[in-house]
Amino acid sequence: MKEPQIDDLKKLLKDSLPPAHGVELQRDLWPAMLQRLDQRTLRVPWWDWALLATLTAALCIFPGIIPALLYHL
Amino acid sequence: MELLERFAAGDVDAFESLFRQHQGEVYRWLMRIVRNTAVAEDLTVETFWRMHRAHARFDPARGNCGAWLRRIATNAAIDHLRHARREVPLPDDLPATAQQPHGEQLELRREILRAMNNLSPRVRAVVLLALVEEEPYQRIAEALGISESAVKLRVFRGVRILRKTLSEAGVHP
Repeated sequence: MKEPQIDDLKKLLKDSLPPAHGVELQRDLWPAMLQRLDQRTLRVPWWDWALLATLTAALCIFPGIIPALLYHL
Repeated sequence: MELLERFAAGDVDAFESLFRQHQGEVYRWLMRIVRNTAVAEDLTVETFWRMHRAHARFDPARGNCGAWLRRIATNAAIDHLRHARREVPLPDDLPATAQQPHGEQLELRREILRAMNNLSPRVRAVVLLALVEEEPYQRIAEALGISESAVKLRVFRGVRILRKTLSEAGVHP
């Protein structure tokens, strides 16, 4: 594809979608960042839930291991 | 200890300093791709969250925190476009021109937004950065983690798809 063909399309795009050069951030986002950090710290990772589910399933399927497990705790 | 070294060691105060230094730059970069203030704000926080999560992998000796953040931000923006594509068309809350568009201009803008929405998120990001924002190919390549020739290829592919979609809609650039 030749450059002039790209230039035509570029002009059309720029006329309709103006460049975002002059855009500035209107507020400080640090409070939102802190909120995000707090939320994530409280969240339990999915693999912990998966491990718990596997353990529960194992105990239901093989209840015989419960005494052995208690003995080792 | 330097700021970047303290950040890499997990110091939250160093992270806050970096956040305050770079939040505006990251936001502006994201606005160029997603073109929506609320989305760009959310993605700025997401970018720094990803940066914080990966602090142990950051090498302070390389030192270019801005380039690293641009790369994380670009990936976050592409992830967003991928999910948003299925739900809503490309949002755009930047004014079309100095004057409000009307009639044919408004219709043309709508067709262009529709055509842009037809592009895959990776191609759309490159088209916006290269053709609308006129970012140098090298900077786009760094932000996407690809070569300059791969960027050129994506621009050509994007232009071809846009031309086809716009021609079908009766717009001939």
